[in-house]
Amino acid sequence: MSSSRLEILNDGGLRHDARRPYELRSTSFLLSTSSSSSTSSSSSTGLTPPDGSSTVTQGLTSVQVTVFGPREPRQRSLAAHDRATVAVEVGVVPWASSGSGAKRTRGDKRLQEIGAAIRQTFEPVIMTHLYPRSEIAINVQVLSADGGILPTSINATTLALIDAGISLLDYVTSISIGLHLLQPLLDLSQPEEMDLPTLVVASLPSSGKITLAQMETRLHVDRFEEMLTLGTDEEGRR
Amino acid sequence: MVREIEPPSVQKEFLLAALAESRRLDGRLPLEMRKVDYIFGEELGCVECRLGKTAVLAQVTATIAKPRDDRPYEGFLLINSEIGPMASSVYESGRASDDEVMITRLLEKSIRRTEAVDREALCIIAGEKVWHLRLTLHFLSDSGNLLDCAAMAGMAALRHFRKPEVEVIGDEVIIHSPDERAPVPLAIHHTPLCLTFAYYENLQPILDPIHLEATLCAGTLTLTLNAQREICVLSKAGGTPLAADEIMGVVRVGVERVREMVKHLEEELEKDKSTRVVEVR
Repeated sequence: MSSSRLEILNDGGLRHDARRPYELRSTSFLLSTSSSSSTSSSSSTGLTPPDGSSTVTQGLTSVQVTVFGPREPRQRSLAAHDRATVAVEVGVVPWASSGSGAKRTRGDKRLQEIGAAIRQTFEPVIMTHLYPRSEIAINVQVLSADGGILPTSINATTLALIDAGISLLDYVTSISIGLHLLQPLLDLSQPEEMDLPTLVVASLPSSGKITLAQMETRLHVDRFEEMLTLGTDEEGRR
Repeated sequence: MVREIEPPSVQKEFLLAALAESRRLDGRLPLEMRKVDYIFGEELGCVECRLGKTAVLAQVTATIAKPRDDRPYEGFLLINSEIGPMASSVYESGRASDDEVMITRLLEKSIRRTEAVDREALCIIAGEKVWHLRLTLHFLSDSGNLLDCAAMAGMAALRHFRKPEVEVIGDEVIIHSPDERAPVPLAIHHTPLCLTFAYYENLQPILDPIHLEATLCAGTLTLTLNAQREICVLSKAGGTPLAADEIMGVVRVGVERVREMVKHLEEELEKDKSTRVVEVR
């Protein structure tokens, strides 16, 4: 494997892509990016344009999110009488990751898990009680993957929901944090994510509270605390 | 998918009112687990774990397979965890619900990704023959907190299991039957166990929620820890937002709890071992 030879942090304190440990990748946020939202194409194809969309690019990771709704639920049985239900679909385009790694299809457990994480993150943040008996569908498309799919998707979903004019309690921002020896690193790229213990945190910047925290690798408890506080602080600065 | 009937609001109010006084429906303290029982089967590697009325049966079996070309020294560990309608009528066989995906993924992450079982020790002849372990979990009844119970059953079964001894002479592999030579235990690095906490708005978190508590809670947090004070997996997907020190609070509680749980598991394994004749000479 090539990643085992990767130097995470060199003597000069720079990462493999010449970033400093706490430096984020170049980020761009675009709103209303869905192509079908232009009226001419949608009327000819008969597709309903999404109510809100956004594209977020963090380094080489790029995610487009479209939001439909609040609308009538596709399945009647899914409606709740006092609030809106949130449905999330996650897809990865076949050319998203460069060569390595198994292809991901719609039914993939990993994608289902990301979808469930996004849904559970946004359900308490969206003021669902304002839209009874309706559905808010969130469609996440990963256009290119270079680490940090989940945090990028969460950032993009926040923007798309705002674009759709859906009432939120607060923004949700998210970031991934890694740990190399004793040095925490922010916003990991794919090779770093494969080598380091990674923590994904999503929080509400105005209260500084954490809505989502996910970690997959072995890590000592004391180190974990540092990473968690660092992540929350960093998100507040966004 | 079968939708569950939502619990009546009287029940919800009662449960929350009780929790506000730090009381739970089954008389436990907020951070108390239900009683854990291990029932060891006839065979090695067959363990049923009971957590109150939740029950999961874990069975480990081993076969010999050819390793993957890119990992010639590594054996396989496959975790089979399909939740059928036996556990509860809300689970359908064949179609995975969101809960089921979460349970399966978390088990996979806690047991497989943390390298609890040394997979290189499963190698017999590099590139030719390795042990292929299969951990099958049967979810017998769901009265809340299936995940923690499944993780305990799974780890107990892996530590209980013994694989037949093999001898390699040149290219030939001799598998000794258990009556010939004593089977050998697996090489296990650590024992990760899951703990699930449930949160309610403006109330303190509770450990090991029963089904009703889990349905009514505002969010859950699952931790996988081992006795070496390492967090293996942490998963808090959505739910009520928490401050960082609240999360650290439960992590500290979890560390202590897991140490006790591992100790209990080891005592039970020891007790079972003393009743069994494993050594045949």
